[in-house]
Amino acid sequence: MAEPDESPIVLPDDPSFGPEVQVDYPGYRSTRWRAPKRPLVTLPEEFHALEGPVYGHELIEEFDHDLTRQHEGEPLGERIVVTGRVLDEDGRPIRNTLVEIWQANAAGRYRHVVDQHPAPLDPNFTGAGRCLTDDEGRYRFVTIKPGSYPWGNHENAWRPMHIHFSLFGHEFTRRLVTQMYFPGDPLFEFDPIFHSVRDPKSRELLIARFDLETTQPEWALGYQWDVVLGRGGSGTTPMENS
Amino acid sequence: MTLPRTPSQTVGPYYAIGLTRRPQNELAGRGDPGAVRLIGQLIDGAGTPISDGMIEIWDAAGRRWGRSGTDADGRFSFVVTKPAPLPGQAPRFDVFVFARGLLRHELTRIYFPDEAEANVRDPVLSSLAEADRQTLVAVQEDGAMRFDIRMQGDRATVFFAH
Repeated sequence: MAEPDESPIVLPDDPSFGPEVQVDYPGYRSTRWRAPKRPLVTLPEEFHALEGPVYGHELIEEFDHDLTRQHEGEPLGERIVVTGRVLDEDGRPIRNTLVEIWQANAAGRYRHVVDQHPAPLDPNFTGAGRCLTDDEGRYRFVTIKPGSYPWGNHENAWRPMHIHFSLFGHEFTRRLVTQMYFPGDPLFEFDPIFHSVRDPKSRELLIARFDLETTQPEWALGYQWDVVLGRGGSGTTPMENS
Repeated sequence: MTLPRTPSQTVGPYYAIGLTRRPQNELAGRGDPGAVRLIGQLIDGAGTPISDGMIEIWDAAGRRWGRSGTDADGRFSFVVTKPAPLPGQAPRFDVFVFARGLLRHELTRIYFPDEAEANVRDPVLSSLAEADRQTLVAVQEDGAMRFDIRMQGDRATVFFAH
């Protein structure tokens, strides 16, 4: 698809989108042949109350939540604690739900066959974690801060530092896959994926907060990031992506 | 108090590190009565297979879930038995589609070709035009069930708001 693309990389803010992404955001070029073009079909309201899959503790292994202890040695990079609560839209904790993360290493390289960025792999870092939330809806990971990396979207394109998150909730339509960013990243203003959330206040919801309380002296910097899983259906239905 | 929900972001091309390292695509034992392979291809609007997609399927009646990445040809595969129907509905899987280029996952459904009577009565399936309805019904192919997912185009799969 080597057609010239004159779309601006980043569109102006538009708060009318609220927390919804613009699924056909033109600056993110992979949307062009992939985002559905027809309006989404509305399902009966009761569908959105349908329960979703539940996971047990038997799926979680001892070091699944600590990405710095999954190999013989320790990974290079800045050790961090990332923690927060998974909540519903009324602020209630979503307990015992699976949280999965994956990320690049400190040099900005993923342990994935497709990633050919000429930055080193780290033999002591896989970049994958999982845990279940506790009774307060809290998750907690120990990892290293991921590096930024180039991607082929446009000339001199670099992704802000981020950790991918996958979450379920207890109803099927609460499912969320998203990315957590780090405060003050100079790449925000150039990133079309971040800006596919057109409402600036909603973009802030994707940025973790540095927290000295979470920071462990002589050990690791701490970040807090809460996630709100909205249910589909009336009141929270996203705009149709016509 | 209503909290704003956290926005979605794409799963990106490297989700396999975190999400599909362990096989989770068998919802039934291969030897179970009625066990069948559910296969399909994820295809973009240019007709190109999507090699970095991920499909999750959910049987709400039987509370069985699974997921499969797509391979270099955009193909995914599961081992399943047909879900029991929910009251007043035809048997189906609820399906989420994830991929690089999808800023939010898309929702669709897989219905079964040997359930013609139940499919006609299903309130969602029967509300669609015939051409759209066909995009949600798997086909039998060499003893397997085949369900292709087309993101765009004349035969684009029906996706639902969620």
